[in-house]
Amino acid sequence: MTPAAVAGLCRLAGLDVAALTDHNTCGNCPAFCAAARAYGLLALPGMELCTLEEVHVICLFPGLDQAMAFQDLVYPRLGDRGNDPEIFGRQVRMDVDDRVLGEEPRLLAGAADIGVYEVHTLAESCGGVAYPAHIDRDSFSLLSNLGLWDPALGFPLAEVSRRCPPDLFQRRRDLEGVRFLTGSDAHYLDQIQDAHQWMEVPAPTPQAVLDWLRRGGR
Amino acid sequence: MTVSELANILALQSFCLPEPGREVTGGYVGDLLSWVMGRAKAGDAWLTIMSNQNVAAVALMTDAACVVLTEDVRPDEALLRRAQQQSINLLGTKRSSFDTAAALKDLLR
Repeated sequence: MTPAAVAGLCRLAGLDVAALTDHNTCGNCPAFCAAARAYGLLALPGMELCTLEEVHVICLFPGLDQAMAFQDLVYPRLGDRGNDPEIFGRQVRMDVDDRVLGEEPRLLAGAADIGVYEVHTLAESCGGVAYPAHIDRDSFSLLSNLGLWDPALGFPLAEVSRRCPPDLFQRRRDLEGVRFLTGSDAHYLDQIQDAHQWMEVPAPTPQAVLDWLRRGGR
Repeated sequence: MTVSELANILALQSFCLPEPGREVTGGYVGDLLSWVMGRAKAGDAWLTIMSNQNVAAVALMTDAACVVLTEDVRPDEALLRRAQQQSINLLGTKRSSFDTAAALKDLLR
């Protein structure tokens, strides 16, 4: 699964907008965005940040400069543990033509020393938007690890997985009025979903998509 | 005390026991994987309620003697598969992490 292949498959799936959010890194976003441009796909560079509490949070940015500035804030807070490719696999960075540019030596599979209450502000400081990933899942999610939705977290909306029980938001009082979208959380090419959600934005730009997210997906 | 002896004494359920003779020299309790990663030691019995495949990676990385899933937690399919592939001793119990840790501490004394 190379960044260019992901962009191409997104286009084939009929998507107009897609974001690449690797675990604790934006390293493959330059290749993804370049490939997306060639395929006529609107790409948002991003990261799935793993917080101190092991809550996964999607962080999206209007452009590569902002994404890389965010990565610069995150990397020093990942700790100095190195990756062991035998255990966690290789952490390859690629270019738009699937050539390997290098490997990230820091362990990206762990958690950053960044609390979940800090993420919203941190992402905003780089012009981005943050929202918690797959909150219905029983691991690495806001609800599983923190126990509840707290408006003080500052997230404009939540992401749910494809397998989210339809009554989740009725069952839980803390989720009353919380806006949400469904993310594919695709880890393999065949998990990229066909287009099935829509957004109304004034212009097909990353900024317009981020503003739509900031308004809670409306 | 070996993992097999520990399993017998505490009546642990055995999900995967490829190295029953592995010596247990200590214990660690924790559910935040990144926290456990830097703190559990080789030879520990690691007590956790986490049941996803990342548990196998952390067990391997820390060289834990075994993983004990407490509170009647069962491994998901991916964890079971990885434990089998990577020869990780994976056990389970209905007891809480607290009770299991207390019993383990007594046994290690």
